[in-house]
Amino acid sequence: MNVTLLRSQSEQDEKTQMTHMEKEFVYKTTDLNLWYGSTHALKNVNLDLYENEVTAIIGPSGCGKSTYIKTLNRMIEMVPGVKTSGEIQYRGRNILDKSYGVEDLRTQVGMVFQKPNPFPKSIYENIAYGPKIHGIKNKKVLDEIVEKSLRGAAIWDEVKDRLKENAYGLSGGQQQRLCIARCLAIEPDVILMDEPTSALDPISTLKVEELIQELKKDFSIIIVTHNMQQAARISDRTAFFLSGEVVEYRDTTTIFSNPTDKRTEDYISGRFG
Amino acid sequence: MQKLVDKEIIAKQMSSRIIRNQMFKGLFFLSTLFGLLVLGVLFYRIITQGIGYIDLDFFQNFASRRPENAGIKAAFIGTIWLMVVVAPVSLILGVGTAIYLEEYAKKNKFTSFIKLNISNLAGVPSIVFGLLGLTIFVRALALERSVLAAGLTMSLLVLPVIIVASQEAIRSVPKELREASFAMGATKWQTVLKVVLPAAIPGILTGGILALSRAIGETAPLIVIGIPMFVAFLPKTIMDTFTVLPMQIYNWTSRPQTEFQDVAAAGILVMLVLLILMNSIAVFIRNHFQKRY
Amino acid sequence: MPRGNQKEYSVQQMITEKRLKKKNHFNFEKLIPGLLLLTAVLSVLTTIGIVFTLIFETFIFFDRVSIIEFFTNKKWYPFSATDASFGIMPLVVGTLKVTGIAAVVAVPIGLATAIYLSEYASEKARRIIKPILEVLAGIPTIVYGFFALTFVTPILKQLIPSLETFNALSPGIVVGIMITPMVASLSEDAMSSVPRSIREGAFALGATKLETTIKVILPAAVSGITASVVLALSRAIGETMIVSVAGGSTPNASFDVTSSIQTMTAYIVQVSTGDAGYQTTIYYSIYAVGMTLFLFTLFMNLFAQFITRKFKEEY
Repeated sequence: MNVTLLRSQSEQDEKTQMTHMEKEFVYKTTDLNLWYGSTHALKNVNLDLYENEVTAIIGPSGCGKSTYIKTLNRMIEMVPGVKTSGEIQYRGRNILDKSYGVEDLRTQVGMVFQKPNPFPKSIYENIAYGPKIHGIKNKKVLDEIVEKSLRGAAIWDEVKDRLKENAYGLSGGQQQRLCIARCLAIEPDVILMDEPTSALDPISTLKVEELIQELKKDFSIIIVTHNMQQAARISDRTAFFLSGEVVEYRDTTTIFSNPTDKRTEDYISGRFG
Repeated sequence: MQKLVDKEIIAKQMSSRIIRNQMFKGLFFLSTLFGLLVLGVLFYRIITQGIGYIDLDFFQNFASRRPENAGIKAAFIGTIWLMVVVAPVSLILGVGTAIYLEEYAKKNKFTSFIKLNISNLAGVPSIVFGLLGLTIFVRALALERSVLAAGLTMSLLVLPVIIVASQEAIRSVPKELREASFAMGATKWQTVLKVVLPAAIPGILTGGILALSRAIGETAPLIVIGIPMFVAFLPKTIMDTFTVLPMQIYNWTSRPQTEFQDVAAAGILVMLVLLILMNSIAVFIRNHFQKRY
Repeated sequence: MPRGNQKEYSVQQMITEKRLKKKNHFNFEKLIPGLLLLTAVLSVLTTIGIVFTLIFETFIFFDRVSIIEFFTNKKWYPFSATDASFGIMPLVVGTLKVTGIAAVVAVPIGLATAIYLSEYASEKARRIIKPILEVLAGIPTIVYGFFALTFVTPILKQLIPSLETFNALSPGIVVGIMITPMVASLSEDAMSSVPRSIREGAFALGATKLETTIKVILPAAVSGITASVVLALSRAIGETMIVSVAGGSTPNASFDVTSSIQTMTAYIVQVSTGDAGYQTTIYYSIYAVGMTLFLFTLFMNLFAQFITRKFKEEY
């Protein structure tokens, strides 16, 4: 009896192991530390992020979740006085290595920001910007890319008749989906989203969330959110950050229904943060 | 999913794009250096040319037909006389206008007309101010080629600079300070005089000094109103005629003998030292007295 | 406890008494807004004064010299006793030659400096470079004139042996140097006011700094940059001392930059330093030239204001 029980347990473990094994890592973070000047913002972060999943990163303000996601495409370098140690492997190569060109990295890893940040150009030019700088000049191909990206971001029907108009004429929610479309236009491998709905109203938020579910089929998505319900709704896996450390990292259902760490439980049940 | 973007081609082009970025960064930096280089050469030339003529005599002598006897006494003292007129006139008018626009003016067409007018006045060439001074002050008011005529002309010229600087200084005084004063029953003028102006004074002074240094270096309007360039006496009142440093320098520069060019360099050196001194005072005030709210 | 013989005053009472006393006096405060308005109106009067002076004296000039001759005659020989001719063209061409050369120097260097300061330079580099540019902008123009005549012209003469001592090239270059800080600092303001988030959007797509600058920042700041260039060129048109010292006094309408020229401003200086009598035709001609100069710069300034206002970027 005992033995069978044990066996079935280990079998189950093996099974989950198997599903993990089937999926590949896109990012493998090993002992990542990060300092802003003398402030230790990330402490020994070890985190493996999987392909074609939505990984949510949650935690209270100042826990390092935004810092972490910005490290994944090295946008963090724009802050003066940042130092890092450790390793982040993207598809097997350490991106913190100076020889890894940021431009190369960012061609593979797209990003959507907290506030919509379209360029002060037409809707069409916003989408075509990425492909253009990367050397795609053919008008026909560009037209195709623009349509495909806008469709991919579920905004095509709303803007198809005014592609030449300035992007600033769109509503906040539309602008954010435009920014997602802009990101899709260079066909990235991974999409980083840094609280993409924090500046949006509930209806726009819902649309973006539905879009994320759609995008998961083709892209690996890592999303920072301060909204736990959002993480529960849309993600497959969730990492809980606190004071620069990863407290807990599991599949979303488990972390929300049965957290192991007391601090995770406190945060999820709303006792702080 | 059908792929439209060929990542391999992008990767191939990447290094040349990065090299181009680096090349242009270098180009932009060199362009920036160009300005600094010019400044360096200019100072070096003027110091090496002019330093030999600078001694006590240079300050004590009047202009002379012989370079070795030439001095800047009349021009130096004349510049100070000019400042005696320009400083009070332009400060009172400029600060008054700024207070009116920031504290009293209603938001209407007339106010925005005054503002538009000031910014256009700032763009009028200085030589045109000379024509105004010649017609109004020298001829119509019959002030002749006096310190007063020159000073009034110069005051109008630098007025926009002082107005704009004072407006900025007054605007940066937080609303809360005014409200605190009003809440105690102070009148508008009491509030302006006792709360707003003291808080804005560093900014106003900085702008004022910069405006004065502009007035010290200006030549064109004074040429037009007919200020002489060769003067061997000092003014006794503001109704007397006089000359100033830049006029004297212009006179020396336009003489054919190369010795006079060295004298001109010496004069420039004196003027630049004066200007740098004034600018340092302005920077000092800006850094040490400007309150951060 | 109040003491017996001492009269009790509360602060409120004191204030009321002061108020009453004040009421009897003439209320000075009521005059203040009027006095301040007067100072503000003075700036308007200055403009009116300039416009009327120029118009009035120019009309007297056109009484003596036909306005058609002024605009169509291709010769400017005011000092000829027998055959004086007053065609503004050569002076305008001289001015435009200098301004054109100045633009060739100042626009690329000023813009490159603005790009470097706004997009590439570290905070520390910016803190060092910007004050130096301010110094450059604050140098009196007579000093630049001296520099043009005694330093730039001799150097250019070695490169171009046919160059005359007075020419358009040397003052043009130096006027360009003079307005470079203006182009740089106004353009930098325009570029720095493009929000950081827009830059991040471009970087996140894998754009290099150059691509971000050329394709996103410059187009976004284009109205501010255009305005800065127009304002700087208007300054160049009105510049006097550099061209008076190094440009010469030979009005000619050719587009040769190596020979002596005369600009509108330099002509006014030439007349002012000469002995042309009061109320002679030559005396009035400086107002006509001044009027032309004033209109040039006025339209450029209004144009700059128009583009800044019309195309105000909203991010």
